[in-house]
Amino acid sequence: MTIDRLPSLTTWAAGPRASRRAMLATLAATPALPALAQFRVEVTGVGLTQLPIAIAQFKGEGSAPQKISAIIQADLERSGQFRGVDASGLALDETSRPDVAQWRQKGADSLATGSITRLADGRWDVRFRLWDVVKGQDLGGQGFAVTTGDLRLVAHRIADYIYEKLTGEKGIFSTRIAYVTKAGAHYRLWIADADGENAQSALSSPEPIISPAWAPNGTQLAYVSFESRKPVVYVHDVASGHRRLLANFRGSNSAPAWSPDGSRLAVTLSRDGGSQLYLLSAQGGEPRRLMQSSGIDTEPCFSSDGRTIYFVSDRGGAPQVYKVSSSGGSAERVTFTGNYNISPAISPDGKWLAYISRVGGGFKLQVMDLATGTVNSVTDTTADESPSFAPNSRLIVYATIQGGREALMTTTLDGKIKARLAGASGDIREPDWGPFQKH
Amino acid sequence: MLTIKRLSLALAVTALVAGCSSGVKLDDKPVDGSLSSQGAGASGQGQSGVSGVDLTGSAASKAGPQGVSRIVYFDFDSYSVKADAQPQIEAHAKFIKANPAAKVQLEGHTDERGGREYNLALGQKRAEAVRRSLGLLGVNDAQVEAVSYGKEKPAAEGHSEDAYAQNRRVEINYR
Repeated sequence: MTIDRLPSLTTWAAGPRASRRAMLATLAATPALPALAQFRVEVTGVGLTQLPIAIAQFKGEGSAPQKISAIIQADLERSGQFRGVDASGLALDETSRPDVAQWRQKGADSLATGSITRLADGRWDVRFRLWDVVKGQDLGGQGFAVTTGDLRLVAHRIADYIYEKLTGEKGIFSTRIAYVTKAGAHYRLWIADADGENAQSALSSPEPIISPAWAPNGTQLAYVSFESRKPVVYVHDVASGHRRLLANFRGSNSAPAWSPDGSRLAVTLSRDGGSQLYLLSAQGGEPRRLMQSSGIDTEPCFSSDGRTIYFVSDRGGAPQVYKVSSSGGSAERVTFTGNYNISPAISPDGKWLAYISRVGGGFKLQVMDLATGTVNSVTDTTADESPSFAPNSRLIVYATIQGGREALMTTTLDGKIKARLAGASGDIREPDWGPFQKH
Repeated sequence: MLTIKRLSLALAVTALVAGCSSGVKLDDKPVDGSLSSQGAGASGQGQSGVSGVDLTGSAASKAGPQGVSRIVYFDFDSYSVKADAQPQIEAHAKFIKANPAAKVQLEGHTDERGGREYNLALGQKRAEAVRRSLGLLGVNDAQVEAVSYGKEKPAAEGHSEDAYAQNRRVEINYR
């Protein structure tokens, strides 16, 4: 008789430090509120090639504070590249050797199994294994020891592992998004997981907050605040809550955009009359004017190699997207369809430009293939704003109005798979997708 | 008595000037009050030499020229001051020139249609149009700052043309 020995788990990852979830400070004397924004993920659409995967319920999950398998499945489905296969009714864990024929019959190409066990010190032991059920191959697994507070993060890390193993690309499920809510005269800047859950308030203000922009190191946010009765730009350290005024020049200061190496920001200033673009050291100091134009120049964003800045200008009479070398010079127009194109976002891989176009009175998200110039309208809503790419260039988060309420949505670049991150209360706007986290 | 009268006037003027330039609350009037009561107490009834100075007038001056609207309205897609706003602008210009310590913030606004940052820039254009109009009337530019709220602070909520018209504006605020 042959005993099948499972290969030992190939890697054990140390649990993520709990200190990453340090308390975030809030502005003024407002008391700290618990993370309230509850999101539900609703995924719609059908993609062309979706990998069918079964995520079995983790052994022990029924009595654990987080449903690890459900978080993983929602992450993978939201990416648009996976289709969940029903895995209910089976008791499996990371040591189980799956019945490959059974899973192929269910239509799955891959299977993930795992377990979650309470440790004596109150932490959780989470383990998983990924299987290729077409070839009957063990694709490896990991183990983690984490606090209750980090259970969602572990689920996201597992989703990243699965995503990377099966697509060959980096997963974005452990990244964070920033966004702003407004409830009456109360504005808050939130930081949440990429699935919209676990939101924590970084700033609370009676005056508007707009244009949050993650620094490339993922530890700081720049944003525009009206707390001193005019728009000024702050740089805010997320973990400590410490913030400093970066731009408070005469007139309005807005639209901060970080250079990819984090050393500089492009901003819109009106200090010399009109709204023009300037470059500023991340440490502050005197700005350097980027260009001189006869119209409005605003909404800068850097390409990933730092060499090009895309921006909005109405120097030709109506707002269009242009690009210019980050060392200045003459600008080149990029958008030619329609008479109102704003809010450019460039994908980290440099291949795509997302922007908002006014079409028949509505505002719609467009995605341009920069190699060919082809533009696709990717939504069926008419109040889209503030597109931002995921760091793997595969998804875009944006704000829109659905059913009369403001909502954050993610979409694949072809517009085929969308997920709504539905907030419980308050108007939601201005999302910005954070970078890959170092871990 | 004459000396007290001159002293109280001088002190009142100092308080007035101090109030205008440093943002001290002008309705406290501690000095004037104590002087008056001291004068009255010391000399008994019939103390007619002290003239009470009412500083609430200068508090009102922080609101700019009396009886003139602080709000300049703009037509749709327009960033120049309308001809019928000229008298209003002139009244403000006259006031600012008469009050060299006055600091004015012009706040530009747009209606809700369009992107936030682009609308911030359009609001800025409106604020600067008012600033230029004031400048043409001789107002010292150092007393004026033009800023924008874009579409972030509507005066009227809603999506009607009427709401939009109320939101396309520049507010003239004296600081």
